[in-house]
Order: sequence, then C-alpha cells, then structure tokens
Amino acid sequence: MPVPETIATPGSGVETDTGPGRPQTTAEALRPHAEHAFARELAALAAADDRPRPARWRLSPWAVATYLLGGTLPDGTVITPKYVGPRRIVEVAVTTLATDRALLLLGVPGTAKTWVSEHLAAAVSGDSTLLVQGTAGTPEEAIRYGWNYAQLLAHGPSRDALVPSPVMRAMTQGMTARVEELTRIPADVQDTLITILSEKTLPVPELGQEVQAVPGFNLIATANDRDRGVNELSSALRRRFNTVVLPLPATPEAEVDIVSRRVEQLGRSLELPALPDGADEIRRVVTVFRELRDGVTTDGRTRVKSPSGTLSTAEAISVVTGGLALAAHFGDGVLRPADVAAGILGAVVRDPAADGVVWQEYLETVVRERDGWKDFYRACREVSA
Amino acid sequence: MTATATTPDADRVPDPSRAPDAHEASHSGSGSGSGSGSDSGSAGPADAAPTADPGLGSGGLAARPDGPLLLGVRHHGPGSARGVRAALDAVRPDAVLVEGPAEADALVALAADPDMRPPVALLAHAVDDPGRAAFWPMAAFSPEWVAIRWALDHGAAVRFVDLPAAHTLAAADPTWTDEEDEVSGSGLRIDPVAELARAAGYEDAERWWEDVVELRADGDPTAPFTALAEAMGALRETYGHGGHPRDLVREAHMRLKLRAARKEFGDSVAVVCGAWHLPALTRRTTVAADKALLKGLPRAKAELTWVPWTHRRLARRSGYGAGIDAPGWYAHLFAAPDRPVERWMTKVAGLLRAEDHPVSSAHVIEAVRLAETLAALRGRPRPGLDETTDAVRAVLCEGSDVPLDLVRDRLVVGDVLGEVPAAAPAVPLQRDLARRQRTLRLKPEAQERELGLDLRKDTDGERSRLLHRLRLLGVPWGEPAAGRSGTGTFRETWRLRWEPELHVRVAEAGVWGTTVEAAATARAESRALAATALGDITALAEQCLLAGLTDALPVVMRALADRAALDTDVAHLAQALPALARALRYGDVRGTGTTALGEVAAGLAERICVGLPPACAALDTDAAAQMRDRLDAVHTSIGLLADRPESANGLDDPDRPDRPGDPDRPGDPDRPGDPGRPGDPGRPRGADGLLHRWVGVLRVLAGRERVPGVLRGRAARLLVDGGWVGGGEAGRLMSRALSPGVPPGDAAGWIDGFVGGASGGGLLLVHDERLLGLVDAWLTSVPAGAFADVLPLLRRTFSGYEQGVRRTLGELVARGPAHGRAAAYDTFPPGFAPTPDPARADAVLPLLHLILGTPGTLGTEAPA
Repeated sequence: MPVPETIATPGSGVETDTGPGRPQTTAEALRPHAEHAFARELAALAAADDRPRPARWRLSPWAVATYLLGGTLPDGTVITPKYVGPRRIVEVAVTTLATDRALLLLGVPGTAKTWVSEHLAAAVSGDSTLLVQGTAGTPEEAIRYGWNYAQLLAHGPSRDALVPSPVMRAMTQGMTARVEELTRIPADVQDTLITILSEKTLPVPELGQEVQAVPGFNLIATANDRDRGVNELSSALRRRFNTVVLPLPATPEAEVDIVSRRVEQLGRSLELPALPDGADEIRRVVTVFRELRDGVTTDGRTRVKSPSGTLSTAEAISVVTGGLALAAHFGDGVLRPADVAAGILGAVVRDPAADGVVWQEYLETVVRERDGWKDFYRACREVSA
Repeated sequence: MTATATTPDADRVPDPSRAPDAHEASHSGSGSGSGSGSDSGSAGPADAAPTADPGLGSGGLAARPDGPLLLGVRHHGPGSARGVRAALDAVRPDAVLVEGPAEADALVALAADPDMRPPVALLAHAVDDPGRAAFWPMAAFSPEWVAIRWALDHGAAVRFVDLPAAHTLAAADPTWTDEEDEVSGSGLRIDPVAELARAAGYEDAERWWEDVVELRADGDPTAPFTALAEAMGALRETYGHGGHPRDLVREAHMRLKLRAARKEFGDSVAVVCGAWHLPALTRRTTVAADKALLKGLPRAKAELTWVPWTHRRLARRSGYGAGIDAPGWYAHLFAAPDRPVERWMTKVAGLLRAEDHPVSSAHVIEAVRLAETLAALRGRPRPGLDETTDAVRAVLCEGSDVPLDLVRDRLVVGDVLGEVPAAAPAVPLQRDLARRQRTLRLKPEAQERELGLDLRKDTDGERSRLLHRLRLLGVPWGEPAAGRSGTGTFRETWRLRWEPELHVRVAEAGVWGTTVEAAATARAESRALAATALGDITALAEQCLLAGLTDALPVVMRALADRAALDTDVAHLAQALPALARALRYGDVRGTGTTALGEVAAGLAERICVGLPPACAALDTDAAAQMRDRLDAVHTSIGLLADRPESANGLDDPDRPDRPGDPDRPGDPDRPGDPGRPGDPGRPRGADGLLHRWVGVLRVLAGRERVPGVLRGRAARLLVDGGWVGGGEAGRLMSRALSPGVPPGDAAGWIDGFVGGASGGGLLLVHDERLLGLVDAWLTSVPAGAFADVLPLLRRTFSGYEQGVRRTLGELVARGPAHGRAAAYDTFPPGFAPTPDPARADAVLPLLHLILGTPGTLGTEAPA
C-alpha cells in the first residue's frame, strides 16, 4: 500500500506558486482568493465553532453554512452573507460534502455557482485554489497527473517525475478540489473522475502504484444546466454526485436590485453616464425576462410560452448596459424603451422561427394590454417589424 | 359492544330525569342519532354547586389511574394517533369519548365494517338544504379514527362529545364549520401550535411539532400528552378562547357529555379531543352554567353519514379545520413499523423507477445518508419531511424539480381514496337529486322514453340543465337524442332511462358535493384542471354552458387560456376556436354569463393571428387542404366574435380595417403601435381590432410566396368576400398567382382556393369578367405536358358549380374576352355608373328602415 503523502507534498518543486502553504501576497492581487479576502471571518468562526468537525475540515458543517449565509457570532463578529438565496440549498451542499459525496452545482449562467464553490472550498479546506477549469480541451492530465519530461528522460519513471493535478493533490492532502464547467470537459476525460469519486483512489499504472485519498478529500463541480447537451455526464458519473440546482433570484425586487447594482458597476468601468431615471426601464426588463422565463405573468393570471434562450439575470444586465450605452452615445442620455427593446429582442429570439412566435404572442397578449407599457410596446413592434 | 354504540339512547334511560327545558326537549325530538338531549340528566345534584371533578383538577393524564384518561391530540397527527393507541392499550377504558358531532353515535358501528376503509369523513348536512354541510375527515392515522377502532375492537363504548351538528349547521355564521380552527389557526385567531413553537424558539410551527411529537421514535409514546396538556393549559390561561368564541359552547357540551359518561362508566373513560380543549374539560364549572351556555342555540334538522374521502382533500382544511400538507408522509410515518426514512426513500425510488427514472440502490443509500446528515446539521432528532425532500431532490432527482413534483403529488400527498360500506345512509346528493326530480316532475323510470324540451320554458330549461349536470357527474340518466335537433336550436331531445346502477353512480358522485349543482361544478373544475388536450377543455366549456354551471366557468376558462398559451400547434387552436364561438352564441341564447368565455375566445383568436402565417408555410397538399378548412372555420368564428357588440377583449387598436381597394395601404396593415397614429380613446375597443388583425393575417397569407396556392387563393377570396380588397387588387393578386413562372399545380391550387367550392365562386367569375379573363388566359398558356397534371384539380374546382353557372361561364368563354369593358374596369364595377348617384341611393332608405325596424323611417337621418 503506497503511502499517499510520499507523492507530491507541498513545495516538492513541481508546483506552481498557487500551491497551498504558500499564501499569495493578497495586497497586490487584483482579486484575492476567498480564504484571503475573508480570512478574518474564517478565523472568528473557527474560534467560535465548538461543534464536531469531519476529518480535516477547518470548520464544522454548521459553521460552513453560517459562513456562506451570514450571521452574527456570540463574540459579536458579523459574518457577511456570501450567498443570498434559500438556506436549504447551502445546507444541502454542505451536508453533501460532509457525507463525502461529490457535489454538483447546476444552474444557468449567472447564478453564482463558481462563487459558491469557491467559498465552500475556502471554508471547508481553507484553500480554494485546487481548481481544474473545464474546457473542450481539458486533457486527462489535468484531472489525473502529468509528467515532468526532463525528469522522466533523465531518471526514468519515478514519483519525482510525476506532476500531480489539483485533484490528486486534494486527494493526498484531504482537501476540497474544484472542477469548473464539468460538462465542457470531453466525456472520456470526465470519466476519469469515476474511480476517484467511487473508490477514492487514483491508480498510477506507470509506477505500479496508486494514490489513495485521505479523509477530508471531496470534489465540487459546477455545470451549466442549459449546456447539458455539450458533454452530458454519463449516468455512472452522474450518480457519484449529489446535485444542487442554484436558482435564479426568487423575487422581482431581488433581481431588480442585482441588475441595477451590476449595471452601475459595469457602467462605471465603461465610463457610461449614471442612471438618472432608468429604474423603470430596469424593472421592465426584469419583468419581461422573468415572465418569459417563468411562463406566466407576474400577476399569475396569464400563461405565456417560454423562449429557448436562458434569459438569465446576467443577460438582463447586458441588455440594460447595452441600452445605456445606446442612450449615452446615440440618444439623449436617458434610458428609454427604444434603447432596451432591441436588446430584449436579441436576448429572447434565439431561434428565429419558434422564438419569434413566442415573442409576438407575448407582445400581443401581454405587453399591449398593460397599462403604461404603450411606448414599450411600440418600440418593440418597431424593432420586430 | 357495538350494540351500545348503535342504540345510544338505551343506556340513557335510567338517568334521573329533571324537567327538561324547552331547548333540550327539542333536542331529543330531533331525528335519529341525536343523543344530546340525554346529557341533561347526568348531574342532577350538581346543578347548584360547582362540581369538583376529582382527578380532573390538574390536567389529568394518561398516567393517572384515578380519573378519566384525557388525551389531547392534534387532528391527523400520526404521533398523536400512536400515543392514543398506546395509552388506550395501557389503560383499557370501558368508554371512549371522541371529538365529533354528537349525532354520529349512531354511525359508529359502521366504522367496524370490513368495507370501511379510511380516509373517510363524517358528513353532516341540513336535511332541507343539502348545500349546508360539514365534514369531519378521518384518515387511518387520525387519533380519532384510531380511538374509534380501538374501542370497537375491544368492546368499549364510543360517544361523540362535540356539539351536535344540528347546532353547527344552524349557526348564523356560515364559516362555523368551514374555517373553524382547532389546533392550527389563521388570521386573528391564535394558533396554539405556533404559539408553543415560538415559545420553544422555532419559526416554523410544523417543524416544531414534528420534532417534539411526530419524530419521537423512542420512549413512551404517551409522554407528549402530559407536556402538551400543560402547555395548552398555560396557553388557555393567557389567551382564553384565543379567538374561537364558539369553543366555549362546544366545551360546555363536551363537559356535559363527559359527566354523563362518568356517571355511566365511572372513571374508566377516555377522552380523545383536540389538545386545545383539554384545559376546558378539567375546568370546574357547574352543570347549570354549562347548560346556560347551550341554551337557545339555533338548530337545524341535520343528518349524518359517512362519505369516502381522499388524501388530496385531507390536504385542504375543512371540518376539523386542521388541514395537513403531507397526508401521505404522515400515513407513512404511522404505518411504518421501523426505519421510516429508509422505507420512505425506498418508496420514492420505486415510484421514480416506475416512471422510468433510473434510480439505483446506491442512490437510495446516499439519499438516506444525506437526509440524516442534514437532520444533524439542522439540529433535528431525525430527518423530517424537509430533510427527506431535500435529499430526494439532490440525490434521486438529480437536482430537478420535475420528478420531485411527481413525488410530492403521488407520495407526499398521495392518491388514497377511502371506501364506505353500502349500509351507510344516503348521501345528500341523492336527496338533492330526488328533490329536483320532484320539483321538475321528472320521474326516474326504468322504461326508456323520449323527452322533448323547449328551452325557452323555465321548467324545460331547468330539466335540460339537470340532465346536463348529471351527465357531467357521470350519471347518464338522459342521453341527448342524436340527429333530432342541433344544440343551437331552442329544442332539445333526450332519451331518458333510469338504470338501477345509477343509484351507485350518484352515491359515488357524492364525493364531489352535496347538491347536483355544486357537485357538477366541482367535477367540471377538476376535469378542467386535469385535461391536457385543448379540445377536451373547449368541449367541457360547452358542457358547462349547457349545464348552466356559471361558477365552474372561470376555472374552465382559466385552464383553457393556460393550455392555449402553451399549445404550440396552431391547428389545435384553430380547432378549438369554432367550438368556443359556437358556445358563445348558445350562451347568449340561454342567457348564461359569457364574458369570460368571450375574453378567452378573443385571446385564442389573437394567438391564431400570430401563429397562423408561419404555420401555413411549406405544407403538402393534404395538410394544405386541412388548413383550408381551418382557415374557413376560423374566419367564420372571428366573424361571430366580431359581431358580438359587448365583446370587450381588451384589444386596443388605433387602426380601422382598410376600406376596399385603399391603394396606399397595400402591405402589412396591422401596425397598431405606429407612433404617428395615436389611438383614439373614444373608439370602442375590441371586436374591430380583432377583425382588423385577422384581415391583416389574411393579407399576409394572400401575399406570401411560401404559402401553398390553395391557401393563398382562399385568403384572397375571403378578403374579396369581406370587401377588404377591391376588384382591382383581387385582379393583381390573381395575375400574380397565375403569372407564367408559377408552377401550374400551384396556380391551379390558387384557383381552387379562390373560386372553388359551392360558395358562390362561380358567380364571382360570371360577374367579374376580368377575373374570368385571367383564368382563361392562364389556362390557355399552360403547357401541354402540365395540362394533364392540373386537369383533375380544375375539373374538381369547376364541377362544384351549379349547372346554370357552368353554362353561363361556358357561354362567356365562348364569346371571347370583352375588350371594350375591361378597359374601364379599374374605376367602377361592371354594371354600375362611374360614380354613385346619392339621390337614387337615398330613395331606398325609408324602405330599408321599415324592413329592419330601425328608427328614422322618415329618412332624415344620415346613413349610418
């Protein structure tokens, strides 16, 4: 039985400088990692946390949930909420990690999947950097291990010549590994995870050895559930995961809030003029998106068809930002219905045949009869024609 | 011992009789099963002085050997039910007193019938008004049911101690039974469980209850009774009746019944009632005071029976007022001998597998682990419904809510349907039906006979509605006689035949309601919600109108609008519209309110207008022929809808329909959003807008190349018939369709669509020689090879004409083109002067007014 620790201990010379045990100087980083940005909160939680912790966990499951959802500790430390959404979701996610099942976070783009996964890893293992970014070109080495060819040629196959992947490092150290965009990874590469997740072991046939995970190892994957078709998970892999779907904002107010905040931030970096009276237009965009997404009007009285696009909050943000740019550069600086109409049309009508009908029906049966929406209706008719 | 229960008055005979007051006299005189009158004798000497109830003074409980066993429960709480069973097994009382209408004593024996399967409900209804009814539902896991069954199995007597239904039904406040709250409440009334949960630091009352009662697997199942009784005692001290003033009256009655029972059975009595009432039962009061409370209550003649119930209805609050969200889950908790979570997950896996979701045993194992860890994280003793649901979602359903909804529907709520033995008294629906049969003089006869109804007469109209309602309820007493008369006339013919099994059907239909109308309404609503095909719902809407079920219409219409919104096949919509338009017309004839129907029909038409042009593109010959029929049907329906003067469908269209031959609006005419032409607010909304949009659709169809010729031709023809395009434009359309490059088959299709059929197409050609000339010119230019292909189609087109038309056409063609007249064609129609002569036209007006019966016979008004 090989001793896992003998392979690739921290700082064994094959690591990049993002490795654990080598904290990045956070002061100059453009975007510090979660465990650095919230180091104070994590420390306070660890100090106040007297509940049982699973092996190698920095915090108890309860404290991890508190870290994500926010709260106030007995000593008065305020924990800021990292995720605003149903408590249930965070609890299920944390519990999944505690039962050493892998966690799959699903959701349309812009639902904070990566954000949640980073903070979970930071709170559970104190390290969110054991990350594999999934792309169509992600090779098997990114999940298993690679070789340092200079070493390999000079000394032959040995552990020194092995370059461990983030997943392998997490296994040996009992940490949380992260895989982003799992469904973008080619199916044959995805399946290398099956052995890792079910038998918690990674064979190294070249050396006739294997790497066994130590307690505390787990894996968080994120995937875009609109892109399921890209490389859908095999059912063998799928059943190794507990799935948590991150929802879109529950209330229109929350969504309007998110959109206005993000639009303001983006507008500032694009040096667009601030929104003077655009809140109405934002509310309108959010309303249109929500109604088409949910398939029912906000008053719950009329059903509408849903188009094929995702209509996520992120898209609403880009529609409003685009409209704002239009108003600033070609209009009078005030966000008007005509400025957002074209953007909405582009977001809604992805498939010209089917979505066109959906949009027309929505216009004629919902928008036209709504009080105060006449100018918006006209603007939409103009761009649709 | 069931005999005791069936003859409740027997054991009351020896009671020392005091002079009963008037109120009580009327009690004992009320119909069968009303046992409340006999309570009076129970405490003769105690009238003056407060009764000291030894053993009841301080919340007497399961463990007390020296007093009645008081079991405060939560209705439909499986934990309570288990506790009740354990406590009864331990104490073995001679009599069990159960919260429920006092008259139900007579029905207790039925509970032991092997054909009786919960969930069932005690139904009380006023004899003279079956619509006034109250239900006391009981599931297998209801403490009341457990107590009744225990008593019947062990030979103990059963008494219902709550206020007689005669009083509850007569109460002035109709919400007396429907919204009465016992343990869980709403509004201003306090909710005791919520209060206790708040005191315990829980936000969610259900969760607190689950934690402290339902999820306790270990230890003494009767332990919660003590704690609950004390807690309720404290609550009642603080809140009094807590917003349930009638509880005081009911509790007075319960106390009287308890005294009577103790007189008869001594202390070997158990009481099963809502925990909320427990403190009141142990209060020291005088018999006189209690009787004073009960004095002068209004009363109605009430009858009781058992009716089958469903889990789905348990999920609604009624009767006991304690609706529960998860009857299936509670039933499972009650029935599972051990390891409830494991068993539940296995059930869920079974359901999902049956629905073709791949679920392995490994999934089940992980789901159980997740649920248990979640419970630990949330600090709960064992996984509750929340935890199991979260685990099912994350593991078994792979995060999707779609299979989870299935689990909720089939398992958490469940499809359990109770059964009631045939010996149960008749359901009120039967009485209502009998009453209607009497008033309408429609005797149920086994002999088949025909019945002709003239709907303009009130009685006949009522009869027709009754028969239609019964058909909706699945009681086919009358079948509409086919072929004799359409539904559109004032006459209806029915074939009546009463088969014996219809009695059973009526009894079955009893679950839907207590009167024929209410039951038919409930049934129609439920069918509307369950229907998936659009056509089914339109048919249902038609039935509702025929049956005069105006209350069901909003639900049906809502379902219809929802289905229509989600249906992507315009053909379905187009099929549904004619039935609706028809129904609308009959609804008008029968004087039924049809505003909702009109709105939905207009919405449907609107969707057809949007979806029709894309749906008409690229069709083959057969599909095009079908679509042509639909086009005609929709056209007729929209004409009907537009004719309705009151049809305000919310459309607001600033443009009017085009005038015939308006030359500067040749393109897409429906541009209601045109900012340059603001809408005129004074213009009537609706019908015009719809018609106008439809004209726009027809124009698009007539002008679009990818639409098959037959449809283009048909659209052009409809436009010509409606006067929306003039002869000039029709000619342009035709010459475009028949231009040399067009495939002959397509052109022949166009001709078929335009002038085909017996609907006057031939006359059009006879009177419009220019159109005839176009056809003629095209026909002579068809190449010889293609002529054989188009011949069958043309032959079919022209053979539909009447003989006279065919002959005239032949003569016209033989005479050759009329060159001289065609030149002036564009300015005026053949046979007319270039300009109208107003004087000659006005001369017709007086006669027209006379014929139409409109005012202005003097001809002074301007033509409308």
